[in-house]
Amino acid sequence: MTTSLPASPGHGHTGESHQNHTLTGFIIFLCSESVIFLAFFSGFALLKTSALNWLPPGVEGLEWRMPLINTVVLVSSSGTIWLAEILKARGQLWGFRSLWLLTMALGAYFLYGQAVEWSGLSFGLTSGVFGGTFYLLTGFHGLHVATGVLLMGLMLVKSFIPGNYLKGEEGVQATSLFWHFVDVIWIILFVLIYVWQRH
Amino acid sequence: MTSATFPASEPKPSWTRYFSFNTDAKVIGIQYIVLSFFYFLIGGLLAMIIRGELITPAADLVDRTVYNGIYTMHGTIMLFLFIFPVLNGLNNLLIPTMIGAPDMAFPRLNAVAFWLVPIFGTLLIASFFVPGGPAYSGWWSYPPVSIQNPLGHLVSGQGLWLTAVALSGVSSIMGAVNFVTTIIRMRAPGMSWFRMPVFCWTALAAQSLQLIGLPALTGGAAMLLFDLVAGTSFYRPEGGGDPVLYQHFFWFYSHPAVYVIILPVFGVFSELFPVYSRKPLFGYVYVALASFIIVGLGLVVWVHHMFPSGVAQWMRNLFMVTTMLIAVPTGVKVFAWLGTLWRGKLRLTTPMLFCLGGLFNFVFAGITGIMLATVPVDIHVSNTYFVVGHFHYVIYGAAVMGVFAAVYHWFPKFTGRMPYEGLGKLHVLLTFVGANLNFLPMHPLGLMGMPRRVSSYDPEFAFWNVLASLGAFLLGVSIIPFLLNMVSSWVRGPKATHNPWNAIGLEWLLPSPPPEDNFGEHVPIVISRPYGYGTDQPLVENQEAIEHQLILKEASA
Repeated sequence: MTTSLPASPGHGHTGESHQNHTLTGFIIFLCSESVIFLAFFSGFALLKTSALNWLPPGVEGLEWRMPLINTVVLVSSSGTIWLAEILKARGQLWGFRSLWLLTMALGAYFLYGQAVEWSGLSFGLTSGVFGGTFYLLTGFHGLHVATGVLLMGLMLVKSFIPGNYLKGEEGVQATSLFWHFVDVIWIILFVLIYVWQRH
Repeated sequence: MTSATFPASEPKPSWTRYFSFNTDAKVIGIQYIVLSFFYFLIGGLLAMIIRGELITPAADLVDRTVYNGIYTMHGTIMLFLFIFPVLNGLNNLLIPTMIGAPDMAFPRLNAVAFWLVPIFGTLLIASFFVPGGPAYSGWWSYPPVSIQNPLGHLVSGQGLWLTAVALSGVSSIMGAVNFVTTIIRMRAPGMSWFRMPVFCWTALAAQSLQLIGLPALTGGAAMLLFDLVAGTSFYRPEGGGDPVLYQHFFWFYSHPAVYVIILPVFGVFSELFPVYSRKPLFGYVYVALASFIIVGLGLVVWVHHMFPSGVAQWMRNLFMVTTMLIAVPTGVKVFAWLGTLWRGKLRLTTPMLFCLGGLFNFVFAGITGIMLATVPVDIHVSNTYFVVGHFHYVIYGAAVMGVFAAVYHWFPKFTGRMPYEGLGKLHVLLTFVGANLNFLPMHPLGLMGMPRRVSSYDPEFAFWNVLASLGAFLLGVSIIPFLLNMVSSWVRGPKATHNPWNAIGLEWLLPSPPPEDNFGEHVPIVISRPYGYGTDQPLVENQEAIEHQLILKEASA
């Protein structure tokens, strides 16, 4: 037999096609990850609609102004990361880095706002199902925001490694995708927890 | 022993690689399979204790609390430490070689996923030695029993159980991302979807179910852990929680988990029946697609586990219908296998006998499954031995026998040695007779009203229980010829050629055992559908030349 059979495109021999697998794998992971949120959201809705007394004694409801600011911050950070990717595609590496850093800062501000909100609340994790679901949902989402900021930091450091951006940019694409995911989850969470307050 | 196709083989790799963080899917596959059989022995020992207790009506062998821990751990070990890991082992061995990929898409992630198994396995086994003993709330861990912590220690059997199950989930998700990515992106040139072996179809279907279902269980289990250790009240009615919510989370994953187990076994049947009846797989396209119909339907049947738990009547009706519908794609597969066997030239080798036995048991389990799907029957036999008998026919009778078939069939490929037929046939006989003797009596017991999870029972149930226990001990004995066969044939069995069963498939165009990167740069181009038995149609371009090279290489070795 001849030894010159061509390998298939995307067959995993070259570094480039291997990188493509990273993005595929990451998208598959995100689909799976969204099911955890789906489980938490549906659990929240089920517990809330079937509860006799939703709010624990002494709690009036949730203050929505600060979370709304946080929402604006997070949604705009989805915009800045999108712009960052555009600049990167145009080869403006420094523009990319500064917008990337701005996105990280917005993410960090979101976490700060979340922490301020938590510290001012009159109920805790064990204050019935209301407290439990509130901290579970915001906490689990906050963990994702923190992960996103860390991932962005990693990509920022990597952008200073010479030649790193000539080969592949799937890490940046994956991080950006993750950030949009975290953003969409927050919007659903905001509507469920802060907008839908009536019981 | 050099050739144009395969470069001079490297020095024989050391056996110690099986104990290291190795990224070769074939090494990881064997690691998974060997480790899972170690846990299989532990889970089996627990089963022997259960059946030893039940051989007499009185609770005389173990303490009642200990008994609760034993059946909980038996179920948990068999599912999370035996059947899922052993199937992941088969996936690791078969997916890359069947689609002609050099390895998995993410080899390091693959190794991490494997090494999580001994970690959570040790955690789970360690729970036998903590104060208060292991988890005792059954493998489904329903609250409120599972959120009791009477001793008040932070480390409890239930807490360890939940941690282990969560880690198992992380490991399975890593595996699933890897398998799905590999199948989607790394197939050999020419291998379109409808030229892919059915085992890969079923693996893709099963792993998709893992990706969709498992996060729900992980989320639900995290909430249970919070209830247990942090004092939340997600499932505590006194704090506004709902214990039935946990049941939804649990079964949303754990019913599809049955398909995660049985779909790859359907894949094994679909691979092996054509080989040993020398005919193409009947209705290949329909068998492949039926896997995904099972996925779709399998996601909307979970409430049938909760018929007695106070769900609304419309939900009962809806889920009864969806459960019955799932018999349709499954029936398509069964008839396709029968169509494959029909007028075939049957070769009754050990793997073929395991497949035939597994198919027989599966059809039986399917019939009792339809009975259980009907709400009135289900409510009547809920929590009785009828249910236990049903799912043991599925898991042991069909799935474990399918796994044994796969182990015997692909053993020569990945070890380079032939297993012994005599010991193999003894193993089939003991397994088939033992499984039926063990699990068939559970059906009359359930209809008579014997509840599951009890260590003492009314003497009127004694006759069937004695039979079941004898069957269980026979199953215990059946493992001896298996272990003897595996160890002795791996050490000094006859050398295997590249294709000892005359099978068609990319994996059979590799030497036995395959080199580390499988085909390397020389991936054959697939030009036809799999299972071209009796059609004289080659599977790949230059097939004769490739086989000729392999034969020359074997002759010179």
